[in-house]
Parts: sequence; structure tokens; C-alpha cells
Amino acid sequence: MTTPNTCPSVELDDATRAELERAGVIVSKVDFLYNWARGGSIWPLTFGLACCAIEMIASATSRFDISRFGSEVFRPSPRQADLMIVSGTVTKKMAPQVVRIYNQMPEPKWVIAMGACAISGGPFKQGYNVLKGIDRYIPVDVYLPGCPPRPEAVLQSLNYLQEKIRTQDIKSDPAFTEGRRQYPVPEFTGTDLEPAYNPDVWQPPANPNAPAEEKVEKEATA
Amino acid sequence: MPNYELIQQDGLETSLLEVSMGPHHPSTHGVFRMDVKLDGETVVDLKPVFGYLHRNHEKLAEAMSYLASMPFTDRLDYFNSMTNNWAYALAAEQLIEIEIPERAEYLRVIMSELTRLVNHVSLVGFFVNDLGALGTPLLYAFREREKILDLFEQASGARMMCNYFRFGGLRCDVPEGWLDRTREVVDRFPKFLDEYEKLLCENEIILSRTQGVGNLSKELAINAGITGPMLRASGVNYDIRKVDNYGIYDRFKFRVPYSKGKVGDCYDRFMVRMLEMRESIEILKQALDGIEAGPIMGNAGKVFKPAKAEAYGRVEAPKGELGFYLVADGTTQPYRYRVRPPSFINLTVLQDMCIGQQVADAVIILGSIDIVLGEVDR
Repeated sequence: MTTPNTCPSVELDDATRAELERAGVIVSKVDFLYNWARGGSIWPLTFGLACCAIEMIASATSRFDISRFGSEVFRPSPRQADLMIVSGTVTKKMAPQVVRIYNQMPEPKWVIAMGACAISGGPFKQGYNVLKGIDRYIPVDVYLPGCPPRPEAVLQSLNYLQEKIRTQDIKSDPAFTEGRRQYPVPEFTGTDLEPAYNPDVWQPPANPNAPAEEKVEKEATA
Repeated sequence: MPNYELIQQDGLETSLLEVSMGPHHPSTHGVFRMDVKLDGETVVDLKPVFGYLHRNHEKLAEAMSYLASMPFTDRLDYFNSMTNNWAYALAAEQLIEIEIPERAEYLRVIMSELTRLVNHVSLVGFFVNDLGALGTPLLYAFREREKILDLFEQASGARMMCNYFRFGGLRCDVPEGWLDRTREVVDRFPKFLDEYEKLLCENEIILSRTQGVGNLSKELAINAGITGPMLRASGVNYDIRKVDNYGIYDRFKFRVPYSKGKVGDCYDRFMVRMLEMRESIEILKQALDGIEAGPIMGNAGKVFKPAKAEAYGRVEAPKGELGFYLVADGTTQPYRYRVRPPSFINLTVLQDMCIGQQVADAVIILGSIDIVLGEVDR
């Protein structure tokens, strides 16, 4: 990580900077300091869903030691957490709870989708009861593939998140401008989720094999 | 709710408090929910709610070939992928009748007992974590677990989801020097256990929090179909390794710890697991001495069509009797695929054990059952 006094966003010639440093003064943007502090103390939510949760716990234990990156303070309450690691399969019964917990977290907040299941449904995608990716309901910052990802991968995803945090602009970032972001909680009807996805967050990918005739028709009507 | 009269005092109006613990609760070992009714701190009624991790494992397996559901069994009880593999392999091997080479049998026993160490050591860590000892014992447990996971990784390529067993043997042989490294880990393990026992077994807080909490009588345990360490903690000497002698367990000398004449409380369940680890080490030592070079795979094809038949294969998984029931209909896919999950069936007595206890004890009782939601909900 760059130290505050080498922050590139502040234009100062080297001589002035050196002189200021000798006097014990650091010139930097507030953004930089703020993001540096937040990135170094992300508090994750103690939130285990399935197999990946065990690897998440393992990343907090002595061999991998997530506290080297400032994130060892796992909070059981969403009100005190910054980061939700969606660690494991999100079933249709569980998805409303996941969104509700996300809504309870204060800003700024981030999400890591850990493991194949949280990203896309993974090996259980073909089943009737598995949500095909948590990004259908809440925005995901880092996708962490694997089944389950190794603890080292958890740490790397945390590093990616820290990089992302460093680029946030306090004045324009929605985390600071919009207040606490809340997303509609889907309803589990017993067989499926209603609605099937949140169109503000996720759109179904365009079908490259869609028949060409529809396109022509649309053009004709336009 | 059982007949219950609210504690009434003059001038005080009281009512029952309903609390929903979970599915997001740090002590529920996953996504399990307990709807508890409380009178003050006392649990009056408890209703378990699950299904939050129902991943349609059985339905998926009925739509794929027999071998293709092997990696899915890893994800049932995600602490113990090796024993899950073994139970499934046992069931399918009954359908196709295949000879298993000697070395593969030995390796199966070694993997299975290493898995038992992993499970019990993590369980004790989580259990003490539930008691409020946040950190230290769990970190010790995971330190030892990592050493065994390294062995799994060297043998199978994966830490947790090993997918190592095949019908008729194993996927690949262990690498060179693996047995020596295993012996090293096994030889050092008792030293860790000594330390762990010194730290926990006579700890005054653990004694006062767990003794007499969550009693499970012998009769109820048998009637409810409880298996594994939980049944043995209630004083029943029953271990499928001794009963069925599956694999080559009849060649090894080991004892089955069970709490004779005790009440079957949380402390007994905790101690049975601590003692079981010692016996697993004995089995591992004998297996490491007995193993010889040879083939590790019988000649089974990857896709096969068993004749119409039924098969039930079961092993003594670390959590209890894990069984796979298969119905073959003459095609490459099973007609019915059913898992008998030990933690789900052990969970059925949760209500009986919790009623009348304090709400803080309900957490410990749940911890002492040793559930994994991947297996409960499947």
C-alpha cells in the first residue's frame, strides 16, 4: 500500500513535499486517508451458509490469519459489520433472509460472493431449490470462485476488495450519497422466489441464439 | 406445547416470550432455526425449523450416473468427505459386486480415521466456542485440522471436497512419502490431545456448564434412532465398525468408548468424542503398520448398468450411522437414491433435551449433537 505522503492525487513538487515531511506535515486527500483506514479494518459478518463457511473460518485461524489484513473482527450482528461474505449455497428459502441481513447492514457495505454456489448456484444449479447466484438480489463486489475456495483465496478476495475501496470517491459514491441502501426482499412462495430477480441489480444476459426474426419484426414496427 | 403453567407471582403479569434463533445465528452451526418459547430464561417449548440448506442432493443424484454423484456426497457433511464417499461406495459396490484390493481397503480405513480426527477435533472446538471460550480452543483445533487436511490435499488434490473414493477402490494412489508423513502426524497427535484434555476436560467452567445439561436417556436414544457418539454417550455400546465389520475393521484392535451408567449429558457427549480420538489413533497406527504396496483399484467401469436390485451401505461416520440406500432399475442411473443422515436423525431429540433448560444451554445442547446442515437438509 502506498503511504499517505506519496499520494499521487495531490499535486506538489518534490522539494515542497520533502520540506513539509521534515516538518512533520503530510499532504493528502481526505479520500485517501479515509479509504486507507476503512480498507484496513473491514469487519466481516459471521455469516456461514454452507461448506465455504468452514474455509472462511479457516482463513481466520492461525495458519492463514485474516487479521494480517485487519479483518479478524467477525461480528455476529449485521448492524456492526461492513462486509458480508456470502459463503455457500443460497437456497430459495434462505435468499429472503440474506437480503434482509444485507439491508440491516450500515453503509458503507460490501459483499463477497464466495464459492461457486453463491456466484451461480454451482454444482446444485440444476436443482429446484437453489438460487442461481446471489447477485440477482444484492450487488456483489468481489466474486470468489472455487468449490470451496481455499483460505488463501479468501484473503486474496479481501485484497481485491481493499483495492476497490481505495478507488472510492466519498463525494460521489452511492455508499455515502444515498444513505443506507436497501433492496426489496423477495418472497419465498414455497416453490419459488417472487420476484425471480431484482431488475435494478441484475438483468438476464442477452441470448446470443435468439431467433433473428423477432429482431426484424421489432425494426419493422419501429 | 407440553402442559406448562406459567410461573405466576402476585402483582406481576408474565407471559411467554417467543424467540426465533436463526437462521442467521452464530451458534446454530449453519442455517438452522430454533423457535423457542421462553418463560424468563427457561425453555418451555422448542421447535426446530430447517430446510434452509436443502440443495436437492437426492433428486440430482437420480438424474445422473452412479459415479457422477460421488463428488456430491462430499458436500453432504462437508467436514467428513471421506466417510461420505465410503458409505456411498459401499452401497454401490453391493450392486455391482466388485473385489476391492487390499491396499485400497487399508487406505480407506486410514482416510476414514483421519476424517474422524478432523471432525471430532473441530466439533470440540466449536462446542467450547459455543460455551463462550471464543478463540483459543477452536484455534488449537483448526491448527491440528490443517495438518490432516494437508495430508488429504496431497492424496486427493483437495482440502475439503476430496472425492477420493471410487467403486472398487480409490481414484489414485497416495504420493511417495505420504505414509511417512501420516505417521508423523499420527504420532504427534496424542501430544496435542494431552494438551487439549488438560485444557478442557477438568475445566471448572466446562464442568459446571455441561454436567447435567441436556440429559438423554438410554431408552429415548434407542427409540429415536440416535447413532454414533451421541448414542454411546447415553450408555449404549453400539458402533457399526464393530457390528458390521465393513471394510477390514475386523483386523484392528480398538475399543469403543461409551459412558456406562452415566446420564448422557453434554459432558458425556464431549468426553466420548475425546476418547474416540485416542482409539482412532490406535487404528491408524495399526493400519499404517499393516499397509503394503499393491494395486488400489479393482476393475470397475466408469459407467455400468446394475441389475434391478436394492442396496444399503452404511458406515460409522464421525457423527453416526451414515447410510446410502440405492434402488437400481437396470439403467445407468439410480431409480431411488436416499441418504440416511446421522445428524438429521440425531437432531430429532433436540426438543426433548432442551425443554426445562436455560436458553443459554440450548445452544450448548445443539452444539453437543454435532450437526452439519449440509447433511440435515441435504
